[in-house]
Amino acid sequence: MSITTFLQHCLTGISLGGAYGLIAIGYTLVYGILRLINFAHGDIFMMAGYFMIFALASFPWPIAIVITLVITTVMGVVIERLAYKPLRSSPRMSIMISAIGVSYLLQNLATYLFTAIPRGYPEIPLLKRIFRIGELSASLVTLMTPVLTIILVALLILLVNKTKTGMAMRAASKDFETAKLMGININRVITVTFAIGSLLAGIGSILYFTDRMSVTPFSGTLPGLKCFVAAVFGGIGNIPGAVIGGFFIGIVETLLVALGYSTFSDAFTFLLLIVMLLVKPTGLFGEKTVEKV
Amino acid sequence: MKRIVVFVLIALLACQFLFAGGKAESAGGEKEIVIGVFEPQTGENGGGGFQEVLGIRYANKVYPTVTVGGETYKVRLVEADNKSDKTEAVTAAQSLISSGASVIIGSYGSGVSIAAGDIFLDNQVPAIGASCTNPQVTFGNDYYFRVCFLDPFQGTVMANYAWQEGAKKAAVITQLGDDYSSGLGNFFKRAFLQLGGNVVSEQQFQTNTTDFKSILTNIKAANPDVIFAPSSIATAPLIIKQARELGITAKIMAGDTWENSSIIENAGASAEGVVLSTFFDDADPATEEAAKFITGFKSYLVENKQPDIIPAVSALGYDAYLVALEAIKAANSTKGPAIRDALVDVSVEGVTGKIVFDENGDADKDLAFIKVIKDGQFKFLKTVSVL
Amino acid sequence: MHTRRNTILTIISAALLVGLLYWLHFNRTGNGMLISILQKSAILALVAVSMNLLNGFTGLFSLGQAGFMSIGAYVTAILLIPVSSLEGVYYMSGVHPSIRVFKVFLGSLPPWFQSLYPFFALILGASIAAIIAAIVGVAVLRLKSDYLAIATLGLSEIIRAIFSSPQLDGVTNGSYGLNKIPGFPKMFGGLVPSLVTPFVISAICIMLIVMLIRSSYGRAFLAIREDEIAAEAMGISLFKHKSVSFIISSFFSALAGGLLAMYMRSIEAKTFSIALTYDILLIVVIGGIGSVTGSVLASFLVTASKEWWLRFFDQPLDLFGWQVPLFKTGFRMVIFSILLMVVVLIYRRGLMGTNEFSWDRILGRFKRRKNAKGGA
Repeated sequence: MSITTFLQHCLTGISLGGAYGLIAIGYTLVYGILRLINFAHGDIFMMAGYFMIFALASFPWPIAIVITLVITTVMGVVIERLAYKPLRSSPRMSIMISAIGVSYLLQNLATYLFTAIPRGYPEIPLLKRIFRIGELSASLVTLMTPVLTIILVALLILLVNKTKTGMAMRAASKDFETAKLMGININRVITVTFAIGSLLAGIGSILYFTDRMSVTPFSGTLPGLKCFVAAVFGGIGNIPGAVIGGFFIGIVETLLVALGYSTFSDAFTFLLLIVMLLVKPTGLFGEKTVEKV
Repeated sequence: MKRIVVFVLIALLACQFLFAGGKAESAGGEKEIVIGVFEPQTGENGGGGFQEVLGIRYANKVYPTVTVGGETYKVRLVEADNKSDKTEAVTAAQSLISSGASVIIGSYGSGVSIAAGDIFLDNQVPAIGASCTNPQVTFGNDYYFRVCFLDPFQGTVMANYAWQEGAKKAAVITQLGDDYSSGLGNFFKRAFLQLGGNVVSEQQFQTNTTDFKSILTNIKAANPDVIFAPSSIATAPLIIKQARELGITAKIMAGDTWENSSIIENAGASAEGVVLSTFFDDADPATEEAAKFITGFKSYLVENKQPDIIPAVSALGYDAYLVALEAIKAANSTKGPAIRDALVDVSVEGVTGKIVFDENGDADKDLAFIKVIKDGQFKFLKTVSVL
Repeated sequence: MHTRRNTILTIISAALLVGLLYWLHFNRTGNGMLISILQKSAILALVAVSMNLLNGFTGLFSLGQAGFMSIGAYVTAILLIPVSSLEGVYYMSGVHPSIRVFKVFLGSLPPWFQSLYPFFALILGASIAAIIAAIVGVAVLRLKSDYLAIATLGLSEIIRAIFSSPQLDGVTNGSYGLNKIPGFPKMFGGLVPSLVTPFVISAICIMLIVMLIRSSYGRAFLAIREDEIAAEAMGISLFKHKSVSFIISSFFSALAGGLLAMYMRSIEAKTFSIALTYDILLIVVIGGIGSVTGSVLASFLVTASKEWWLRFFDQPLDLFGWQVPLFKTGFRMVIFSILLMVVVLIYRRGLMGTNEFSWDRILGRFKRRKNAKGGA
């Protein structure tokens, strides 16, 4: 493999990893507070792709982006209200089944409404401008994804560490019950968490699909699962960890495909998960938690 | 609460019988014969399957009746969605058999056709494949016929074409776990190597992959003259666009699945210059039937809110229907075995040319149309035949 | 006092069922749909019960069923494809010579072996799955609830990737899948016709699982489900019991996978994707997590309505000349997802909750209704 080819692969991997990182944050935030794998998160990401297609059909792109993000955020919050809130005191298995159910519903709904035929993702000319540096070539969105990811994560960390809402979120993730006792409006915190997670999934969706150009009802499943693995890898509940996990999985996956092992590119992600859970269950940067009786 | 559930289920059941009954009676005493449409309308191949269904529906609209034993039978289409999934295919096929289908048309995608083949055989209902190109479909199955050419032929055609265009180095991209893609890719490779060419890069991707940049980067490094990428229409625009984005200028080629306007729609300017082989060309009607079909079907497409470019699979679906009607007429019976025996000797001037079946049940077709995408449209390039 | 009546009722209904199956055997033409739905339901019932053993009775949320089914299906299929068809099935890359030699050797064995061979294949496939489960279980079963779920889901994806990899073309036929698999065999020298075989196997397996649940092991499973730490304090070995539950569940899932291969007559790795596990989960949830009869009932109800009764949702419908707007392809699955959500959110117990089917309850209901009517 020549050095240019290798660099080109790295560029692809980093860009993919950036999008993964943004989605992984949604998992990590929700898991941190509710101890729930939000199986529907990947499908929210997929729905955001469809929203963008329809928004862009009738609005100029800056407005379309705003509309998409708003609808996606609202959808995430509504899903939490309808499908997770009623089960808050139920066993964890029920709420997880509910999450799988929402995912199943969103996929089938998308198949029903938009058919299984892949929809072309509209181009935003500015984002698709192609840059060539020597032998390397990439569109603006490829270059922009990792940068934007890092900026957004920095902002999010600022929000979590410096604002009152952020403090409430941290309290809730440390100890749900005590946070409640301390007078924190836990439902509001959860709403904010889902809103942030969905918003980032929406942004991730725009970046991911602009680069990959087609949406199907099943586009969200695999990226969703991979991003959950990324979140576990980085230490669930840890925001920078999730992003680093996202980058790691994106790059390794790309290199595996590049080396001709595309059969195992998905399997690798899950193998990583199993190995990680056995060796260091708290992830790379996770805090040690004590399981209470 | 359980009572409610049970009640709802019973109500639904009742609905089913009501509607089923209503449909049968609506024929008003007229005799009817059922043709089963075994096609994917959802799932991975839902797009292509639907276009094939449109062709069959249109054929049914044009020829709604058939004469058997001096009596006019109304032809009723019963559609079953096999969801591009082998598990669903079994029950979908059974549901067609149960609905009393005398002949079955389908399916888009060879995998599901192979899966259902044994059921049609066991129940002695002949099936006519419209666009399933894998050799396994009809091989060793006396009740499966097809009106299109086969993958070994198609692979050879494309390899010959590439060779004639002066290509020496080829790259092949195939989809893992997909018999159409892997099969066609392999046949192309064999033929191309035999011609003296060199396959410089073989890449595979997983189902549902959307990111082809890494395999394309490898291909770029191998610097081929042509890229052969048989795959579903879902992946086609992705491969094309990402290849051009990476600055790959090699000619991209594929098989029949790519003749679908959604590819041009989705890939836009990047699709220019893509070459593919197909079954049918609407600019050059081969038969009188074809000329009639082209004008009629275009307005039918518009009625159904589809772009007015005729997909080859719709033409094949139409032909499969014609063959089915012809066989019913020749057999003078609505029974499966009789129709099968008639199919062996049937000869139909279809939209895609003359259709006669060989001993395997495959249409004797030795002609493929090569098309190129130019100015946002499929333009006929040449016909290639292989002996 | 009611036990005798209940036994009689059970025997009568079982006899009716057997009668129906034999009737179907002699009236196959025209009932193809009914037969195939019933067969598929019977197979899925076995998977659902084995999933329920893990999820409902032991409290281990596993999503790896599809992976174990694929092991059973592939092993059974490879063993059963007739030697004469090998050429056609492995048309692309040829079959691995050792498999051919092995199969030719098996073909030369005496006839009594040939008639048992399909069952031998099923059990071998299931045993291989059980061994894999035992090995993987050592690692995976240490994980807690949702981690276990995603790890088993990952495991199933890994198995699928291995089966479809081009490196194994000579064995699993990679991308091309396996076909020409013989259908169900006859049992007991033709006493049980091939049509009835899946029901018999499925029933035997489900009974074995029920016996396990009623044994001391089953009590231990329930204790683990209710409270792991308390169970451990009572002297129940967590690891041992979790392993047993995982291995047995995998064994029967794989056996059902083998049956599925016989039912479908052609398989490919794609069949055993996450969606299959979700479909089975749907059955378990609708039937009631922790109820064997619930899973069995639900698998028949769900399969029948999904494949048959509710198919009309996917067809455009004209009602007195008025086109019902919602009915088009895909609507059926939307209805199903909504049904699942309704069960999860509102009727949390599903059809049966954690109860089992009992005649007392059914008859009691009728009586109550009668009384209510009489009173009014």
